[in-house]
Amino acid sequence: MQVTVCFVALFLVMMGYFTVYAMTHEEELMNNSYNNRQQILSEQNRRGSIFARDGKVLAETTEDDSGREIRVYPYGKLFSHAVGYADKGRAGLEAQANYYLIRSSVPVISKLKETGRQEKNPGDNIYTTFDVGLQEAADRALGVYKGTIIAMNPKTGEILAMVSKPDFDPNRIGEEWDTILADEESGTLLNRATQGLYPPGSTFKIVTALEYIREHPDTYQNYRYSCSGSLREGEDVINCYHGTSHGSVDLKKSFAKSCNTSFASMGMEFDKEMFADTLDSLLFNRELPLDLAYNQSKLEILPDDSRGEMMQNAIGQGRTQMTPVHLAMITAAIANDGVLMKPYTIQRVESAEGAAVKTFSSESCGELMTREEAAILAGYMKEVVETGTGSKLSGLSYSAAGKTGSAEYGTQKGESHAWFTGFAPAEDPQLVVTVIIEGAGSGGDYAVPTARRVFDAYLNQDTGEIPQ
Amino acid sequence: MEQVITEFSKYLIALFASFYTYECFAVFRYQTEAERSSIYIRQYIFMFLVHVSCFLPIYVKTGRVEYIFFFIFQQIAMYATIVLYHMIYPAANRLVINNMCFLTSVGFMILTRLSYNRAVRQFVIAVFSSVIALMIPELVQRVRNWKDFTWIYGGVGIAALGAVFFLGAVTHGAKLSFSLFGIRVQPSEFIKILFSCFIASLLCRSRSFWNVALSAVAAGAHVILLVLSKDLGSALIYFVAYVVMVYVATGRKRYLLAGLLGGSAAAWLSFRIFTHVQVRVQAWLDPWSVIDKEGYQITQSLFAIGCGGLFGLGLCQGSPSSIPFVTTDFIFSAIAEELGILFSLCLILVYISCFIMFMQIAIAIKDEFYRLTVVGLGVTYLFQIFLTIGGGVKFIPLTGVTLPFISYGGSSMLSTIMMFAVIQGLYLTGGRKNASDKTTQKETGQRNSGNRTKKRPKAET
Repeated sequence: MQVTVCFVALFLVMMGYFTVYAMTHEEELMNNSYNNRQQILSEQNRRGSIFARDGKVLAETTEDDSGREIRVYPYGKLFSHAVGYADKGRAGLEAQANYYLIRSSVPVISKLKETGRQEKNPGDNIYTTFDVGLQEAADRALGVYKGTIIAMNPKTGEILAMVSKPDFDPNRIGEEWDTILADEESGTLLNRATQGLYPPGSTFKIVTALEYIREHPDTYQNYRYSCSGSLREGEDVINCYHGTSHGSVDLKKSFAKSCNTSFASMGMEFDKEMFADTLDSLLFNRELPLDLAYNQSKLEILPDDSRGEMMQNAIGQGRTQMTPVHLAMITAAIANDGVLMKPYTIQRVESAEGAAVKTFSSESCGELMTREEAAILAGYMKEVVETGTGSKLSGLSYSAAGKTGSAEYGTQKGESHAWFTGFAPAEDPQLVVTVIIEGAGSGGDYAVPTARRVFDAYLNQDTGEIPQ
Repeated sequence: MEQVITEFSKYLIALFASFYTYECFAVFRYQTEAERSSIYIRQYIFMFLVHVSCFLPIYVKTGRVEYIFFFIFQQIAMYATIVLYHMIYPAANRLVINNMCFLTSVGFMILTRLSYNRAVRQFVIAVFSSVIALMIPELVQRVRNWKDFTWIYGGVGIAALGAVFFLGAVTHGAKLSFSLFGIRVQPSEFIKILFSCFIASLLCRSRSFWNVALSAVAAGAHVILLVLSKDLGSALIYFVAYVVMVYVATGRKRYLLAGLLGGSAAAWLSFRIFTHVQVRVQAWLDPWSVIDKEGYQITQSLFAIGCGGLFGLGLCQGSPSSIPFVTTDFIFSAIAEELGILFSLCLILVYISCFIMFMQIAIAIKDEFYRLTVVGLGVTYLFQIFLTIGGGVKFIPLTGVTLPFISYGGSSMLSTIMMFAVIQGLYLTGGRKNASDKTTQKETGQRNSGNRTKKRPKAET
């Protein structure tokens, strides 16, 4: 009897394991490229459509004159990276949501009607978080530059716009594929928002300031530094932008004026272990809570880093590499009292007949920093706009907060990527915008006005004001 | 129309299979076969319905006329087995017979879908096996001194396994079989039956420590030969069957503990010594990192399992052929893919219901040798199912054994059908010798069935 009970129990555990595994890993298993069953489904079902948040079609499958199935992207290049493509492999949402798009959840009866006419079943449709108006504004704002703009709602994690340039026309990806691949320089297929690794430059001072506050929780307000425009440590020299001398600065002013020498001097004194912990808490060198294809931001603080290296680390130069989406996530956490909401792009999946298949809702990823720390940093970022490098965002119908950056790259002095990351309205953040424009120059001059156009488009849309 | 049948049939298969499975356990509410009679009749109906709803989608997909004939032959063979068994052995346990037929018919269907030629070969072997199996209970009853052949069981077993080790052909890295008159035979499948008889006859003599130690040495010899032939799955099955038999014979937990400790030590040792064991453990722990090589089989199996959902993709709608060895080691994954999770669970439960019945039979048998043999065979049967299904769903490392009645393979089919027949024989014999309640049960069973078949049983006197 005992023997029977033991063996039956063993089998029950195995049956439980089997059922749970099979029920919960379907999506992951189906999306594996070694699984040839994707092919079977796409032969049975017509690929579903992808919609913007207001129901505008971003991608759909129709038939051309000869009755062949084609994938149509009505907005052409506009959503090339956000929505991606489904020919020549898959990218963007077409890859991420492939599992849903090739599946058909219409009821059996409807399937039978369809198959009775020898037609494919309609695949499930995806409703995204993308806002076509905002995407258009971001696209115009970036213009002909290479770079990326990502806009998200810090309170929910919804990604509202995601533009990356250079872009391509997904309608013509088949024809242009070889040309795009041949051009290795431009990295056209790279979604810079999530996969582009850039030196964060002065935007990294958000992290450095947080570290200073964490190391001096009671005395950070007493911080003073006398800036002469340049700081030498051994062979390493740190200069403030254009060699400007900022004079006597406290932490807030250092941040607002983006004083390199002040932050470099802070960096030299950092406790390396604590700094590494702070980076860890801000998701550096780690997996991000993100379903899009992305790269990890990198900055390892090593115990034997020299003082010169610590100066570089503190101002986001040297070996620091960061993705724009990661910076947007840190900014969003600051705007949301320290709590990071998981960024997402799929709102819900519906069957072709409109029945809900799956609904995604906002999901908290916990605190990246305390409410107090977030409030201090938000205050500093407001100061950047009011009196510092972000002044091109001041005096508007809404108040903004943010941090600029001019990240030097390459070997030539003076070549820099223009960065801005921030949110508005400062008192009740609705939108986070992170901008990087490759090789444009200073963040304050180029990235801030670009971000402003995106803010304008979003925050003034109700008042009917036409953003200039 | 084709789509209509495919789409609906998978729900019907799951539904009928659930009814069938329910009846498998409803059986245990009653004590006598007579009371269970109506349950068995319902089982015939559900068995038939499952069979038909599996056959239809395969037929409409392929449209080949020979499939119809094949299906009819299967039906004839199945019901002939049931009727003949019932006529010759009216007191035989009908749940075991029904399950045997149900599982075999599921096996025919899934094999037909995977490979028609293999299914036909399997069918021929199954018919041949059933004919042999019809004689076995009679043989078991005729010979009174089965327990005296101890060293013949052991000697034949060790000789056959030794022959495989020294002369066997290597298939996929393991020595499993050799050719006998042009037919490939896998002796470990048949020695399983002898092994249970061997250990039972040894243990029923005395429960003394030295006798148990002797049995341990003899069982160890079997297991080591299997390990050396790299037939790890069989080695494990023999080992577990042995440990359970010792425990049932002696009732001493310390032997169970010693067995488990010894087994763990042996497993650890073989992990250290044999690279093929390490490879399998590696592929079990993280198949995804070696998806191109060692992890290929198991990941392909998981793809199949993961995409079926509750009701499966429908027969001929999935892609089970992408799994290596799908007709043998991974046939459960093919079933999970096309017939779904619900059906797969039903199948496992049907297997379990057989095992529970075996254990009930064992409890009722008073004769120690017969009782231990049934326990040994029951555990052998069930543990093999655990290894193959558990391996295929990545619950345990892969060992590469077959799924009884369903996997393609002559040795597996013949040996499992023989094993069931031996248990029936022991049930009939062991039951007759003892306890009066058993006798009355038998008589009612006879009368009941005798009325229906209009034929008096001959073997029961």
